[in-house]
Amino acid sequence: MLPYIARRLVFAIPTLLAVSIIAFIIIQLPPGDYLTTLMADWASQGGAVEAGTVAAMRERYGLDQPMYFQYYKWMAGILLHGDFGISFELGKPVTELIWSRLGFSLMLSLLTLCFVWAVAIPIGILSAVRQYSISDYTVTFLAFFFLAVPDFLMALGAMYVMSVWFGQSVGGLFSPEYVDAGWSFGKLLDLANHVWLPVIVIGLGSLAALVRIMRANLLDELSKPYVTTARAKGISEFELLIRYPVRLALNPLISTIGWILPAVISGEIIVSVVMSLPTTGPLLLRALLAQDMYLAGSLILLISVLTIIGTLISDILLAMTDPRIRLT
Amino acid sequence: MSMTNDTILKVDDLKTSFKTRTGVFKAVDGVSFELKRGKTLCVVGESGSGKSVTARSILQIVDKPGTIDGGSIVLTRQDGSQVDLAKLNPRGEEIRNVRGREIAMIFQEPMSSLSPVHRIGEQIGEGLRIHFGTPKAEQRERVLDLLRQVEIPRPETAIDRYTFEFSGGMRQRVMIAMALACNPQILIADEPTTALDVTTQAEILDLIKRLQQSHGMSVLFITHDMGVVAEIADEVLVMYRGKVMEHGTVDEVFHAPKDDYTKRLIGSVVRLERKAEIRLKRAEIAEDAAPLLEVRNMSLTFPSGLKAVDDVSLIVRPGETLGIVGESGSGKTTMGRCLLRIYDPQMGEINYRRADGTVIDMRTADKPQLKELRREVRMIFQDPVGSLSPRKTVAQIIAEPLKLAGMRGKELDERVAELMQQVGLEPAWRERYPHAFSGGQRQRIGIARAISVKPRLIIADEATSALDVSLRSQVLDLMMKLQDEMGLSYVFISHDMSVIRYMCDRVAVMYRGKLVEAGETDQVVNRPTHDYTRALLSAIPHPDPRDRRIQNRFRYVAPSASVNG
Amino acid sequence: MTDITQLPPATETDIDLRDQNIAVAGQWRLFWLKFKKHKIALVSLVVICCMYLIAAFADFIAPLDPNATNARFTYAPPQGLSLLHEGSFMPHVNQLKMTLNTESMRREFEADPAKPLAVGFFVPAKPYAMLGFIPMQTKLFGLVNAKPGDSLYVMGADRLGRDIFSRVVHGARISLSIGLVGVLMSLVLGVTIGGISGFFGGWVDLGIQRVIELLRSIPTIPLWMGLAAAIPVGWPPLRTYFVITLIVSLLGWTNLAREVRGKFLSLRGEDFVTAARLDGMSEIGIIFHHLVPSFMSHIIATVTLAIPTMILAETALSFLGVGLQPPIISWGVLLQEAQNIRAVAQAPWLLFTPAAAIVIAVLSLNFLGDGLRDAADPYESV
Repeated sequence: MLPYIARRLVFAIPTLLAVSIIAFIIIQLPPGDYLTTLMADWASQGGAVEAGTVAAMRERYGLDQPMYFQYYKWMAGILLHGDFGISFELGKPVTELIWSRLGFSLMLSLLTLCFVWAVAIPIGILSAVRQYSISDYTVTFLAFFFLAVPDFLMALGAMYVMSVWFGQSVGGLFSPEYVDAGWSFGKLLDLANHVWLPVIVIGLGSLAALVRIMRANLLDELSKPYVTTARAKGISEFELLIRYPVRLALNPLISTIGWILPAVISGEIIVSVVMSLPTTGPLLLRALLAQDMYLAGSLILLISVLTIIGTLISDILLAMTDPRIRLT
Repeated sequence: MSMTNDTILKVDDLKTSFKTRTGVFKAVDGVSFELKRGKTLCVVGESGSGKSVTARSILQIVDKPGTIDGGSIVLTRQDGSQVDLAKLNPRGEEIRNVRGREIAMIFQEPMSSLSPVHRIGEQIGEGLRIHFGTPKAEQRERVLDLLRQVEIPRPETAIDRYTFEFSGGMRQRVMIAMALACNPQILIADEPTTALDVTTQAEILDLIKRLQQSHGMSVLFITHDMGVVAEIADEVLVMYRGKVMEHGTVDEVFHAPKDDYTKRLIGSVVRLERKAEIRLKRAEIAEDAAPLLEVRNMSLTFPSGLKAVDDVSLIVRPGETLGIVGESGSGKTTMGRCLLRIYDPQMGEINYRRADGTVIDMRTADKPQLKELRREVRMIFQDPVGSLSPRKTVAQIIAEPLKLAGMRGKELDERVAELMQQVGLEPAWRERYPHAFSGGQRQRIGIARAISVKPRLIIADEATSALDVSLRSQVLDLMMKLQDEMGLSYVFISHDMSVIRYMCDRVAVMYRGKLVEAGETDQVVNRPTHDYTRALLSAIPHPDPRDRRIQNRFRYVAPSASVNG
Repeated sequence: MTDITQLPPATETDIDLRDQNIAVAGQWRLFWLKFKKHKIALVSLVVICCMYLIAAFADFIAPLDPNATNARFTYAPPQGLSLLHEGSFMPHVNQLKMTLNTESMRREFEADPAKPLAVGFFVPAKPYAMLGFIPMQTKLFGLVNAKPGDSLYVMGADRLGRDIFSRVVHGARISLSIGLVGVLMSLVLGVTIGGISGFFGGWVDLGIQRVIELLRSIPTIPLWMGLAAAIPVGWPPLRTYFVITLIVSLLGWTNLAREVRGKFLSLRGEDFVTAARLDGMSEIGIIFHHLVPSFMSHIIATVTLAIPTMILAETALSFLGVGLQPPIISWGVLLQEAQNIRAVAQAPWLLFTPAAAIVIAVLSLNFLGDGLRDAADPYESV
């Protein structure tokens, strides 16, 4: 088990490196470097820029140096000082802006993942065990339907329904009175009151995918000889189902975290924009539209890193549940 | 039929069918038999005979969409009470109490029939938990005891292992331990040794016999192998296409068969017990003839470090058949593929003598040379399904090597028709795809492809292993007919001693990459010199119940490690 | 040889007549036979064909110019089409009567049943070029004898009084073609890279697999957003279109590459490929005679399933404002108008018309792809 985890951890390093390079490329993509943008910004606001400041910042970010050196400076800043650079649009260090939003993003993604799993498994089992029944067909059709509706449409639809039919405005994770309040039981309750809709909206697409996978896996497992063996022992049908085929069908399901998680995070970003949730989504969009590239690049980097960590955790989980992976 | 009190299971007019889109398929059609207390009844038949479905019907564990349509399956308990299993609800508690507790079952594929993610101790002990609610600690004790009974080494550590950590024979022992957990009165064994090597098979058959005696069990043994039947059966039930063809004691069935099908079945098995007649009639091959193929010290080590072929030397003379026999993992298939340079052996020589007398080392031959040589040395594959592209018609498949040799147009068409006739296929079927043919016919297509460019040597890798026994001798006869017509030589690779004996002039025995013995077939079969050969030969079930041998077989223990099983 | 040759005719006889057809059926015929059984996929195939036809002939089918504004009809609701007027057959819509609600300060529209406006087929229109080069003066349908002040908004109008239906029909061109072009790009990338990976194996394969794994572990939306946001605003529409397609397909090829590689690897070990090699066939010959025909059907299925993801990606990016920009019309651009939930509450057709188009397209493509995938290996159960 330990060598397996160690191997996975070592494998993750080049991935992290590659992700940071991609994020850096995105930062560098817009024409002109970041100081020109900054100066143009300040100039447009009528402020003069001291030559000394500019030179200092050029030095600080190594803007006169070749590209790989800038990358090195940027990475060194992050790894050694936790410095992600400055958001010029908001005039603050990136670190000040992102952590709370990243926290909410993480929370939302994890909640969605839990929701998706908790719902997908029983529906998948039902659909497989009652193959070709009315409920199977219904589930299958609904799954296809939700796979076809993009997240943001689902969000818009949900908001439309809530506002027109229930007269509720949807948006944010808190009621206005709690937004700036400190954490309390009331705030938690308020959060719970708001969070379920985005969780469902983000999750439905992945839920549909997962139901399909669970159904297919289980159908595969149900026809395997070990099921007959267990049945020949005299085990009851329900216990048999849970102990053997379902248990085995869960293994490939765990490995889907590797791509469900990126999908959920993608969905979280776009849904947050539509529902104006205080997560990374709206901030990223705003940064990108304003070409506030250090902020945008840092967000993309952190989101990707979180995803890679999530995938790593799912790998380890898989090894824990499947001896074939753990022991060979 | 009167019910005597030593009958433990009485099946009467059992009918099991599968409803498919194209209609109802009657897998078991009116089967009746009795299983006696403490005795072994063998149900024998070829693939599709319904023998396995019969066994599964008894416990009502037929796979969907199979259903029992009629008949009765009466189980008589020791206290004299009776229950008709066919009448019970397949999901109900009553039948579940019979399963595993009174009637236990073991299956063909121990790997896929055991769960890969549960420890074996858990799987063996499960029956105890279900039927007796045995507490955990006691369960473990009992499982350890069972592991000892089935002779699994180091039970204390084995109990916490997973199936994939065991060899095939050990897995089957785990299955047997699982079946014995609740001391059942009946053991149903559904082809339990088919997936195993012959020496491992002998061990497992031995074990089942011993446990049957010590537990006083009745055994219902399903198999396609008449040799196994002769070795272990008290009574025999011959099935064909869902019906019982013959039922009697093992001696009656083997020595005085009444039914035509049984006669033919036994005939085709007995035929393979001796050398083919056309080989007995043929003149001896000159021993001093210059060899067609001479392999010297050939070795191949895989990147994993496995020495698949280890210093093999052999010769093939013109017109003869050299058999290569060995168990799985002996390297015989790899060796065969080395001869055609499908794999590249790292050391040695493969000297091939061309028709003009020149000798070429195929191991070092370059690409254009190899291309030419591969027209003279051809291959027949084991798997009649995988070796034919499903996307080409029969004519296209047979024509491919001819086309690549430059043949075109009318000449090509005529040659294909001629080849099809030669291997016993209707030339009118030329436009058909492989999926329209049975296994035997597909193998004929493969043979036609091999002989199309008039080769001088053919490497046949387990060419008949995927076929039922009745088809096996037909394909072998065809191969020998072609050999005589075309002056072919064969290297015939097989795990099955009987087909080797039937058609090979000389035989070489492989074990763990090495050639341990080689010689005239008669001499190797009757007077083996190497211990491994002796063990291999003595483990082969002999299709004569009056001459049971495998219990007195010779066991070979490799100098370094113990044999699988 | 006597008794053996008369063995039961179980396997060696000729097949019965029903199977004679199947016996000579090639791969594509079996593929079709199997696909045909999947009814929903069959229907989806028809739907998809219709949608692509509509996109191709958008000029002819859309009754109005998708960019024509009309301040009178801001947020005009859909005008229901009726077939009968006073008991006789006359397809028509009712004229819209606008009133200003002084309380909410909104325009309110009401259909006036007393003023039917006849709708006819093949009505004359301003000259235009169908498919860009066929001069036409007829539209598929429209108002007969339209007078100023008459309107035909089948699916309602937007903020500027533009016809939503015509815009959705025109949007189909961009949105559906991005799927096709993007998939084509992914196909080239995926087949080449997957083929290289599967064919060479070893270190090349390992490296490519790592890159694919990496790309799959990054959340796509932020990456797409980052790349798309870097497109300069001043670029001409066509260039933006291609760059967006490129970005979208940049990540889509991984699935295809995996599929191709997997097939390559499994087929390379098949006996019939070995047999072909022994027959003296060259590696290139093996690839084109044996490997490509074997995984062609799988590729088609995977490609079909990749189109909807491309469509959804374009839609999402354009919706966020980092993809295609007006005046280009795509379904995503149309949905930009629906970002404001208040606007949607007042004029739900802004959301639901393009949304329906997207859902129908994606749903049909998914069903079609599913059916194709099921049929991709017709030898499993013949």
